[in-house]
Amino acid sequence: MFVTRKAEFSASHVCRLAHLSDQENQEIFGPAANPNGHGHNYVVEVTLEGDPHPITGMVIDLKELKQILEDEIVTPMDHRFLNYEVAPFDKTVPTAENIAREIWFRLEKRFRNSSPSLRKVRLFETPDLYVDVAGEDFASS
Amino acid sequence: MKLTRRYHFSASHRLHSPELTKAENTRLYGKCNYPFGHGHDYVLEVTVGGDADSNTGLLLPIAKLDRLVREKVLQLIAHRNLNLDVPQFAHLIPTTENLALVIADLLEENWPAYLGQSPVRLHRIHIQETDRNGFELLLDSRPRTPARHRQTESVALNA
Repeated sequence: MFVTRKAEFSASHVCRLAHLSDQENQEIFGPAANPNGHGHNYVVEVTLEGDPHPITGMVIDLKELKQILEDEIVTPMDHRFLNYEVAPFDKTVPTAENIAREIWFRLEKRFRNSSPSLRKVRLFETPDLYVDVAGEDFASS
Repeated sequence: MKLTRRYHFSASHRLHSPELTKAENTRLYGKCNYPFGHGHDYVLEVTVGGDADSNTGLLLPIAKLDRLVREKVLQLIAHRNLNLDVPQFAHLIPTTENLALVIADLLEENWPAYLGQSPVRLHRIHIQETDRNGFELLLDSRPRTPARHRQTESVALNA
């Protein structure tokens, strides 16, 4: 059975590569390359997979899940400029793809070898754009 | 990794099969068979799959996908009467199932011209017709009959 919990954070970012010119960055990242950055209201949906506990009927205590999302995602990222304040985005570009991967890595540590297991991370950068990351994306690495 | 982009368009359609009687059409399609057609605000989701580029952190430049969808799909169907204005539906009933197949064909045919040698692949098309009706087509799971072939079959049946 799958359980999905949503969390939200607002943050700013800029997508550009230092070794490229302004024009090259503009071609790759479009308006997201604006050097001073811009912001989004990110929404992250975290899906766990497990069986309901025979006595409590719960896959996970939702208060516990909420706290994990607060600790790993919301507290470090909310109202931050990702490039300047949240590692590893001082070194890697905070595209939606990379933010989703980073959230996966942070949560995977908390759910490694546990039941329920981490099944999927879906990150909405805007209501019309989202990225899905799942365990099989890392099967080869 | 999967990336999904959502697009909005409005269009009208009428569900009517020339192979069925008036009564059968009414029974099968209900209000969707009313003679003058009706419209929806559709929401199209296009999902691509692959690995994010290790240098740019991008699965694909979204502007390229936007341009493909805008020029090859939305220009054809947005604010159109699907039955009368869109050639793909001349002999194909514009159910949202068939619309998904037509859009899949259009994206696949034009993919190399717009996305170049990009290793990302088209993974899924989802169309929300109303808040309550959604249709999903997974493109890399099983072989698919392109809409244009279904169309030919339909024409052959009519002949």
